[in-house]
Amino acid sequence: MALLQISEPGMSPAPHEQRLAVGIDLGTTNSLVATVRSGAATVLPDAQGRPLLPSIVRYLGNGKVEVGYAAQARQADDPKNTIVSVKRFMGRGVKDVDHAQNAPYDFVDAPGMLQLRTAGGVKSPVEVSAEILKMLRQRAELAMGGTLSGAVITVPAYFDDAQRQATKDAGRIAGLNVLRLLNEPTAAAIAYGLDNASEGIFAVYDLGGGTFDLSILKLSRGVFEVVATSGDSMLGGDDFDQRVFCWVVEQAKLAPLSPRDMRLLLVRAREAKEYLTVHGEASISAKLSTGEFVDQTLDTETFCRITQTLVHKTLGPVRKAIRDAGLEVNDVEGVVMVGGATRMPQIQRAVAEFFRRDPLNNLDPDKVVALGAAMQANVLAGNKPQGEDWLLLDVIPLSLGVETMGGLVEKIIPRNTTIPAGRAQEFTTFKDGQTGMSFHVVQGERELVSDCRSLARFELKGIPPMAAGAARVRVTYQVDADGLLSVTARESTTGAEASVTVKPSYGLADADIERMLRDSFSHAREDVHSRALAEARVDGQRLLEATRSALAADAALLSPEDRAAIDSGSAMLEKALAGADHRAIKQAVDALNRATGPFAERRMDEGIRRALAGKKIGSL
Amino acid sequence: MQNHFELFGLQAAFSVDEAALDQSYREIQARVHPDRFAHAGDAERRASLQWTTRVNEAYRSLKSPVQRASHILALHGVDVAFETNTAMPAAFLGQQLELREALENATRAKDVKSLDALQKSIARDRQTLEQKLAQRIDADKDYQAAAGLVRELQFLEKLEAEIDGAYELIE
Repeated sequence: MALLQISEPGMSPAPHEQRLAVGIDLGTTNSLVATVRSGAATVLPDAQGRPLLPSIVRYLGNGKVEVGYAAQARQADDPKNTIVSVKRFMGRGVKDVDHAQNAPYDFVDAPGMLQLRTAGGVKSPVEVSAEILKMLRQRAELAMGGTLSGAVITVPAYFDDAQRQATKDAGRIAGLNVLRLLNEPTAAAIAYGLDNASEGIFAVYDLGGGTFDLSILKLSRGVFEVVATSGDSMLGGDDFDQRVFCWVVEQAKLAPLSPRDMRLLLVRAREAKEYLTVHGEASISAKLSTGEFVDQTLDTETFCRITQTLVHKTLGPVRKAIRDAGLEVNDVEGVVMVGGATRMPQIQRAVAEFFRRDPLNNLDPDKVVALGAAMQANVLAGNKPQGEDWLLLDVIPLSLGVETMGGLVEKIIPRNTTIPAGRAQEFTTFKDGQTGMSFHVVQGERELVSDCRSLARFELKGIPPMAAGAARVRVTYQVDADGLLSVTARESTTGAEASVTVKPSYGLADADIERMLRDSFSHAREDVHSRALAEARVDGQRLLEATRSALAADAALLSPEDRAAIDSGSAMLEKALAGADHRAIKQAVDALNRATGPFAERRMDEGIRRALAGKKIGSL
Repeated sequence: MQNHFELFGLQAAFSVDEAALDQSYREIQARVHPDRFAHAGDAERRASLQWTTRVNEAYRSLKSPVQRASHILALHGVDVAFETNTAMPAAFLGQQLELREALENATRAKDVKSLDALQKSIARDRQTLEQKLAQRIDADKDYQAAAGLVRELQFLEKLEAEIDGAYELIE
């Protein structure tokens, strides 16, 4: 239950200036939402006071959806319609999923991202994740008493472009303004670093339910700089459950199991794993639907033996990240443990042995990511004055490349490049009159296209017909602060903008997302129009405020004409905001955005000039 | 062409003042980074993305000895020509062949100790080469002679990357 906050006289938090922003840890097993209140990050619990939301979604036949504990309670009875660990399916095809044969779902293997056939219809992992996010959004809006201005959603650092895009799409479908996708270990480092005022080189070892990340960060006052990141987006606590499950099946010599029994035993396996964290042995007993009784005792020694290869598997990425950072093990001054799976004693031991120092466990490994995300959301929302905030420099986890002749990959942006990052390449036509080109963008470290992950195919059209080799097409790859790639192309001899059609290999097309957005509104009892209006208003208000504060700071940079254009654009937007037409607001927003373009660029130049003020400008 | 050094308010020199570069980079990022504009309008967010991308690229290339040297040479109209000019001194090539052979043997034998030794020896070569480059570029201003050294340094960097790959393979 949220307590009412009463501030001291004269210390009013000025609610109109504080934007409601949250950090969301969208986990494989559990999800959380947190915010910064009175300067401290705090996890927002549900009405029963429970901080975690199990990342489980159950589709009922009547169009209803259960999320969290309610769905968890029914997972063994209704395994096909109860989706657990959906994060493992984000941006993935069926063949990418380990143990797909052990999962009790009805997979629909379409080209691209897999889908699940449920009582509520065929669902994409993006929609399933959106249900979890929607639940957290409602929890936060109830607790904070207003529409959220924005959210930071965390992703494993090792997520590729398709997995990141899927996460951002899920946020959109859940009606969130996604301020940023933040890497989980980086979020943990923020929470940890600010809490302990740490400086120096730190490693974050993040073993979650389904993913493993290892990030190396340089922390110095006010700057969090990721120097290298590595991991395995298909390795996590779930795999330890699987090992225990397989061990039970083998020990009890069980025949192939029904989906219900499979889920039941997986739940028992997880319970045993958790029990073994503080006990020497755990009993695993269950009554199967065949009437058969399973009763096994797993001791710590056996558990360590059957999971040894998994523990070992995490150390490869650890070594790789340290090498990539150009460091030695001894340079690492602290190892932060994140994720519930790091509670396993064999993990703690292996990490301590590798780094030759005791890992740091003083923040709750389940909450630390959400807390860091909330702190970052607070900064991104502009709730912290400059000087009290910090700078976060993150990297791209996997190299981006394009396919060249012979199925080889040419790297365009190498892994561990600080984002945002960009790269331009020039191509030419090889036939007379050629008006189109196609590109294949992949992500991964290997030399052959077939060994990397296909991200997207681009069709370039509208190149003016010329003699072979005369056209110059400049393709620009841009990776933004979310780690997401976009591509633009321009024919540079004529300046013609070639149109780029993107066919994401594992992502959703815009039309899919729009359909999901509509579906999501028709199920929720929310009025589409009132939501669209509320969102347009938040958007418009934000732009108006941003424009006002930009003018207050730098009006001197403007010519009278530019100033007049911005003033009239602002007035139009204010007028539209007073009305109730979300389209009119959107138009006014677009117009003001256009009018402020040159001003924005001048402000940026000025910012750099000021940063360098007082320094000697180098002469050649 | 854009001068990366000017962007950070620095003198163009191979022996760059790393502390000043880092500080300048952070000060600029503190003002242009997209995190500063997450709640701003589209125009500001776009301008921020473009600037940050450029600043990151400039910083990355000044942090890398090969790229930093190539950039200074390019500013003086000298093309390092990594792809077209592969003529290297015979002694250097001979030494490279030996190193590569040692790398192959160590990889085949999964010999981490030899890899460690190889890495250390290349690190020493790299240091010597970087000192020579500083002399040629900053003191002699002999950019033509420097181009050959930059190509040699590029060779060493490739070899270092291959050693990293070998460690991964062995593990």
